[in-house]
Amino acid sequence: MEQTKLKEMGQVVVRFSGDSGDGMQLTGTLFSNLSAILGNEISTFPDFPAEIRAPQGTVGGVSGFQVHLGAGRIYTPGDDADVLVAMNPAALKVNAKGVKKMGVIIFDTDSFRESDLRKAQFETDNPFEESGLSDTVQLLPVALTSLTKKALENLHLDNKAVVRSKNMFALGLVCWLFNRPVDRAIHFLENKFGKKPDILHANIKVLTDGYNYGNNVDLSISTVVIEKSTDVPKGKYTSISGNKAAAYGLIAAAEKAGLPLFLGSYPITPATDIMQELAQRKDLGVKVVQAEDEIAGITTAIGAAFAGSLAATNTSGPGLALKSEAIGLAVMAELPLVIIDVQRSGPSTGMPTKTEQTDLLQALYGRNGESPVAVIAASTPHDCFHYAYMASKIALEHTTPVILLTDAFIGNGSSLWKLPKSADLPEIHPHTVKAGMEGCKVVARNNTTKARYWSFPGMEGFMHRNGGLEKDYYTGSISTDPVNHQKMVDMREEKISYISQVIPEAKVEGNENADILVIGWGGTYGHLKAAVAEMNQKGNKFGLLHFNYINPLPKNAAALIRRYKKAIVCELNSGQFASFLRSKVTGVTFLQYNKVQGQPFTVSELVEHFDTLR
Amino acid sequence: MESTNIKQFTPKDFKSDQYVRWCPGCGDHAIVNVLQKAMAEIGIEPHETAVISGIGCSSRLPYYMSSYGFHTIHGRGAAIATGVKIANPRLQVWQITGDGDCLAIGGNHFIHSVRRNVDINVLLFNNQIYGLTKGQYSPTTKKGFVTKSSPFGTVERPFRPAELTIGSRGTFFARTLDVDLKTNQHVMIAAAKHKGTSIIECLVNCIIFNNGAHNWISDKATRADRTILLEDGKPMIFGSERNKGLVLDGLDLKVVTIGEGGITESDIPIHRVDTEDPTLHLKLAMMEGPDKPIAVGVIRDIPAEAYDKAVEEQISSVQARSKIKTFDDLMDAMEQWEM
Repeated sequence: MEQTKLKEMGQVVVRFSGDSGDGMQLTGTLFSNLSAILGNEISTFPDFPAEIRAPQGTVGGVSGFQVHLGAGRIYTPGDDADVLVAMNPAALKVNAKGVKKMGVIIFDTDSFRESDLRKAQFETDNPFEESGLSDTVQLLPVALTSLTKKALENLHLDNKAVVRSKNMFALGLVCWLFNRPVDRAIHFLENKFGKKPDILHANIKVLTDGYNYGNNVDLSISTVVIEKSTDVPKGKYTSISGNKAAAYGLIAAAEKAGLPLFLGSYPITPATDIMQELAQRKDLGVKVVQAEDEIAGITTAIGAAFAGSLAATNTSGPGLALKSEAIGLAVMAELPLVIIDVQRSGPSTGMPTKTEQTDLLQALYGRNGESPVAVIAASTPHDCFHYAYMASKIALEHTTPVILLTDAFIGNGSSLWKLPKSADLPEIHPHTVKAGMEGCKVVARNNTTKARYWSFPGMEGFMHRNGGLEKDYYTGSISTDPVNHQKMVDMREEKISYISQVIPEAKVEGNENADILVIGWGGTYGHLKAAVAEMNQKGNKFGLLHFNYINPLPKNAAALIRRYKKAIVCELNSGQFASFLRSKVTGVTFLQYNKVQGQPFTVSELVEHFDTLR
Repeated sequence: MESTNIKQFTPKDFKSDQYVRWCPGCGDHAIVNVLQKAMAEIGIEPHETAVISGIGCSSRLPYYMSSYGFHTIHGRGAAIATGVKIANPRLQVWQITGDGDCLAIGGNHFIHSVRRNVDINVLLFNNQIYGLTKGQYSPTTKKGFVTKSSPFGTVERPFRPAELTIGSRGTFFARTLDVDLKTNQHVMIAAAKHKGTSIIECLVNCIIFNNGAHNWISDKATRADRTILLEDGKPMIFGSERNKGLVLDGLDLKVVTIGEGGITESDIPIHRVDTEDPTLHLKLAMMEGPDKPIAVGVIRDIPAEAYDKAVEEQISSVQARSKIKTFDDLMDAMEQWEM
């Protein structure tokens, strides 16, 4: 075994890409978890088609998984890849522009035959030249399919199972390239395939053969050593997706509040994982109703809130549209309710697996009547936990529906998460009626916060009638009195505004005395932070003001923004947060940088644009 | 709920202080009074009772009950009631709905709550018209009927709630007339006892927009001959002189007269509410005049597992097996590493 060439890198971006049936999501997840265990920070970006199995070998069926790993803090899954694994020409075609100069492309020579090239709409026999890559990348051709077949020839598996294992050969090779011992990956495979010993054995064999192939064949390519991260706080970590983290946030909040957790939900990409995760947690008493439609998803939850549960529903844009009337009921009935919208590309069905921030105005205003709700947004996969927890806390303490906006990018992507302890989480005090308040009206409320005192069936002495009709401010009886309605409208607005008193103040990161203030919200945090850091490294003065609390805004937001000469709002829509800010923060000219392509920002395009602002 | 201490209730215990806003002469007045009587007899505490409704005339009912009540949005009562019952299965949950609320905008929730067999009691006020929006045809309006939205008569085929209930694998179906207080009370109590979704189709008169729609069967003079009150374990006999009966004729039901053609009372089959096969129940529920009587009373009441109970039992059985009891246990059980 010769290991002549070795280089050290602080961070790398690896992209696995193939047909949607090639197992790229699994391969990528295994590699990123393996890297995390070995001490790296990670950020991942699964990017897959809506079709479960699109026609084989076509551009439309390409499924990718990108992971960014490194020694320092990692904020994004990275722009361009240092290593691309291309299982077929279609994967090359889709990703050709996203490979770094002198990056490595590992490709399966067995699936780069003429017919494969035509399926991917290459016109010549040299796809690399045709993609403009021949001089700028290092090619690593490997007969993945035939080597996999050879590895498994004595195992008597059917051909389909054999071919499906080729992703493990690629993974073995990538492990060799990055000096990752495969035995740790084997542990993950045991967890996944433990119940199917034949498949487990085959996967381990192919993985090991792939690793050894790299070791034994002179591949004229340098292997890479990535240093361990040193600047993450010590502790126990896992790798978690945003959807799983959001589900866990609800669980933690229910336990802290001492309430049962109820989720009403209907399957919708890319939000379904939240329901599936909670359906697993019967051991913690979580009740999940897979409803007959989106409306029943939220209305069963409203029923559960009426009956005293921490109630939630999860969805994506089209589902939020269907739920809007019911959100209005929760506003009117002043019930605690968490609505998680994992945003995707719209309008209508749009691009269901692709990310966007285009539901902001729908969340803020998409209801009949004056119908204010609290709106908050998570910004990384792991902080979906924190914001699902805080959404629950606000809902329960202020008796209001809260919409939590995440998106396909952070919902499906994963990042490193320091495992929390329940004792370290903030207290939650649901705003329930207290002993001695028996006989109070349905509209009894705290005069400062305007939160309604929540009581529910089963409690003696608090029977009441709630509903969607306007109520008298004092008696709770139905009322069409004009002055009373105005008072109720104002009260509902005040109740939401008051939340600004209890949420953290906004803070500028990067350079606090910046010439240019970059403003963002939600899932773009990593890219904006990395881009602002890069601008500052180049000697500019940039600051980042990133929002998680949107309605209400933190109470210092307007004053803070006014301190800066120039402000640019960057978001993955046509300017929804910018127009919201214009209505809330007067006297400021907000510049905009927008992208609506179903893809996250890249750091490089942000930097390129920021360069034009100086 | 304290089961050891059996309390006696009166209808007054279930009556709220709210002014009843239905039109004078509306059939709904009778139903709310009977419901209060039935609840007193059922004997569950008012504060352990939740009355959920959607939108429509009948959906105002929760305001008139002294219990927990929730007047929600159009069509969604079944889903909201489902959430209430799943969240707290100890509650007695009633859903109040009308033919538009339940079968038009709420049709999807209706069939799915019936399919799941959530333990809720549904009072479906069927007046065959939209009253609160002032007189448009509903999904149960008879074909050809002239309303404000069908000035030349409807060209739609109406739903028959029994057929929809049984098609959704319903476990309880009863039908009543608003004027028949005794049967209403009896049926409500049976519905409350039934474990699962109980559908009571109450044929109600809308005095303003569809006055007299059910008169041909509800008029005292003709009621005994035009309806048959089905009672479990009793022969299917009806008529003002109690001399008519239903018998099977091939796959159909046929009216016979006792004492004619050698027919005696023993030839009349006994009504069984708990037959799992719904064929005969459907036949009975689908009888239409004039040659056959309209069936009222409990038509179907079969034992089946209620959804809310199944949810609870599954949770208990998973909890008995799992080591994860708290959020911290869940964190400990995750794949993790030191950094």
